[in-house]
Amino acid sequence: MTPRKQVHLAAHFPGVNNTTVWADPDSKSQIDFSSFAHLARTAERGLFDFFFLAEGLRLREHRDRIHDLDVVGRPDTFTVLNALAGVTEKLGLAGTINTTFNEPFELAKQFASLDHLSGGRAAWNAVTSSDAFTGENFRRGGYLEHSQRYQRAAEVVQATRALWDSWPDDALVVDRAAGVFAHDVPETQVRTSQFDITGRFVLPPSPQGYPVQLQAGDSDDGREFGAATADAIFTGHGTLEAGQRFYADLKGRLAKYGRTPDELKILPAATFVLGDTEADAHDRARHIRLQQVGPQTAIAFLEQVWGRDLSGYDPDGPLPEVEPADNVDITRGRVRHAKDPRAVAQAWRAKAEAENLTIRELIIEVTARQQFVGTPAQVAAQIDEHVQADAADGFILVPHLTPGGLDEFVDRVVPELQERGSFRTEYTGSTLRDHLGLRPPRTAHRSTAHEGARAS
Amino acid sequence: MADSTLFVAVELAGTGVHPASWRRADSRAEDLFTGGYWVDAVTTAEHAGVDAAFLPDSFALQPGGPGVTRGRLDAVAVAARVAAATHGIGLLPQAAVTHTEPFHLSKAIASLDFASLGRAGWEVTVSESTAAAKAFGRKDVQDPESLWHEADEAIEVVSRLWDSWEDDAEIRDVPTGRFIDRDKLHYIDFAGDNFSVKGPSITPRSPQGQPIVAVRATDPASTAVAVRRADLIRISAASPAAARARREDLRTALRAADRDPDTVRVLLDLDIHLADSVAAAATEVLELDQWAAPASAPRAGTAPLRHLGTTSGLWRLLDEIAADRIADGVVLRPLAAQPALARLAELGRNPLTASTFRHRLGLPRPLSRYATAPSN
Ligand SMILES: Cc1cc2nc3c(=O)[nH]c(=O)nc-3n(C[C@H](O)[C@H](O)[C@H](O)COP(=O)(O)O)c2cc1C
Repeated sequence: MTPRKQVHLAAHFPGVNNTTVWADPDSKSQIDFSSFAHLARTAERGLFDFFFLAEGLRLREHRDRIHDLDVVGRPDTFTVLNALAGVTEKLGLAGTINTTFNEPFELAKQFASLDHLSGGRAAWNAVTSSDAFTGENFRRGGYLEHSQRYQRAAEVVQATRALWDSWPDDALVVDRAAGVFAHDVPETQVRTSQFDITGRFVLPPSPQGYPVQLQAGDSDDGREFGAATADAIFTGHGTLEAGQRFYADLKGRLAKYGRTPDELKILPAATFVLGDTEADAHDRARHIRLQQVGPQTAIAFLEQVWGRDLSGYDPDGPLPEVEPADNVDITRGRVRHAKDPRAVAQAWRAKAEAENLTIRELIIEVTARQQFVGTPAQVAAQIDEHVQADAADGFILVPHLTPGGLDEFVDRVVPELQERGSFRTEYTGSTLRDHLGLRPPRTAHRSTAHEGARAS
Repeated sequence: MADSTLFVAVELAGTGVHPASWRRADSRAEDLFTGGYWVDAVTTAEHAGVDAAFLPDSFALQPGGPGVTRGRLDAVAVAARVAAATHGIGLLPQAAVTHTEPFHLSKAIASLDFASLGRAGWEVTVSESTAAAKAFGRKDVQDPESLWHEADEAIEVVSRLWDSWEDDAEIRDVPTGRFIDRDKLHYIDFAGDNFSVKGPSITPRSPQGQPIVAVRATDPASTAVAVRRADLIRISAASPAAARARREDLRTALRAADRDPDTVRVLLDLDIHLADSVAAAATEVLELDQWAAPASAPRAGTAPLRHLGTTSGLWRLLDEIAADRIADGVVLRPLAAQPALARLAELGRNPLTASTFRHRLGLPRPLSRYATAPSN
């Protein structure tokens, strides 16, 4: 009998978003370290693979003012992850760090430091945030064209890996009698279209060699970058059918990079709502959605598509008669969803009319994400089904409450998954690569197979 | 200690300031790149009543060949790693501003302040070396004036970002659906010779409001920045008399810069090696020097004061420094970290009780520069 495919789970700290129900009396600080520690400890108690932080380097604006309806404010990724390494023992620590507003030598040092200090638990979600809006916070200023972002991302990954590889595995000696601390460290040179780096790296190889690499872009370029370099993909394609299509697409791209399907895990984002009965769970889910999409938030979402001030409209009334304006900048700092606002408006109007929906009800429907709703046994069955059906290798769970939103899942769903034989009952390894079932990276000393993947 | 207001910090440089310190049997050199090494070192200092730990850093690999300690962890990372394991000690990682973005530094130190419940500091440094410039490949090596002018601007950017959220910006106002009061968030709109930064920070204002800033005053350029901006000014001096004169000069400069000199502490570097007797300390240091001899290069700048001897001798020296106003504090720099840490408790300092680093320094928590008077 082939062993059952194992579910991988990760915990997304509910950062800047409109999905955290901050008005709930159980909702605590979004910024105090105790909140991060609580979620991480819960995830570790639940034997999760890793803890995950998203990133956004400029406060979002809506209608030219700082957006004040969402949860706002987040800490520095590296600082929080290193601090969490001190309050956990096995849990992977994944940070989203973009490749546009950071420099390879510094990134290599920061991730190698996290990997050393956590004993091999670091992961890097390499995103490509590009816009001039974010660039205004950085001395580089400006931005990169969409077409150049993945070029730079690939070169950043190439450069960091060259630096991580630069100390031979046996360079660190610490031979007191012979007086040799470390053999000479060769100079690393990286010359690409974006970089001209020459340096001696400052750290010996870290426990994982390279941190685990995650990727989260969805364009064709993004998917190729992921297939070439990533160990896991964070995606929004979480429903069964969309998940299966995405899964097959990504894994199908691996062969040309000399990689096998088990070298890349697909981990969609997912939310969950539990209840003692199915009906109870659906009631709770509906209540949570109403809190996530309050009246003001509903109008703000609508304004994103309409490109104009709709504050005069009643969120509990029908959609506006006016046509959308061509104002792509009405919301800045958020990945834009509506590429053709008139077409979206038309589709939304049709849907609202057909189903007799108010503005707020419509927004609740169209902004819904993959959600597992039911009793703990039902939710476990749904998650397991997605994984066994190759719609995912697991999920990055996004709780709606900070920081206790994972407690119930760990207490009630994890045992159900274990019962089904789909989830570990203890950590069998100590590094994140171990948890994800990944082989050690093919560093320069072991193999050159990854060379040329996307190198110029 | 007779005068407990003397501020005592320790600088933890790898296995010790001495490049051959790793060769001692007790160095724990094998653990140097682990979290455990750093947690043990900083908690030991904390239990000995040490006020703060300085954590040096650089983007350049240590010169000197295979016989010296090489490699270093990111200092902010080390400070964050030990934050949850400590409760009273100030954490002062070095971070250089020459190649790093002030926006990133601002949130990193603010987040250290959150993780340590108000014990974060930042020692501002610059990257002078060609090695660091080439490792980034973005710009040429700079002269001290240009480096410290850039640092001056970077500190301004960072401290404005620390103030860019007022303390009570988070309101969670259910009727209006607002999580924050956007009027209490501020664009910093900094435009200087090296940076233009919009703001606000993505990180709310931290427990101390403004974490503690330290600057080492070595040349006129760094001294000018230290006088303008630092809460802690680090100096090196060849003798107690030279240190006292330097402190007086700095206090005069502080007054001239319209700052109250009593709100700024001048910290004197003191290289130490502690043993059972003066003779034993000398023998052990000789051993270190002999190990390092083939590679040893003269240090740039003033050779710091040294205390090679017993802990009670160090105790008397610290008393003298406090009584004679030679400095407001010291930064103990163990030539070899492990033996020094093991003996620091013998100084008999009281464990820390202050709630934040600012509090320990007797500094008030500043209001955000952008705060508007409460309307009522
Ligand atoms: C599931 C998912 C999560 C993402 N998370 C972040 C994030 O936390 N920070 C960020 O700057 N970009 C994030 N992105 C944006 C991507 O990195 C990328 O910039 C964006 O998707 C545009 O690239 P594309 O055209 O390849 O999709 C995320 C994207 C996806 C699909």
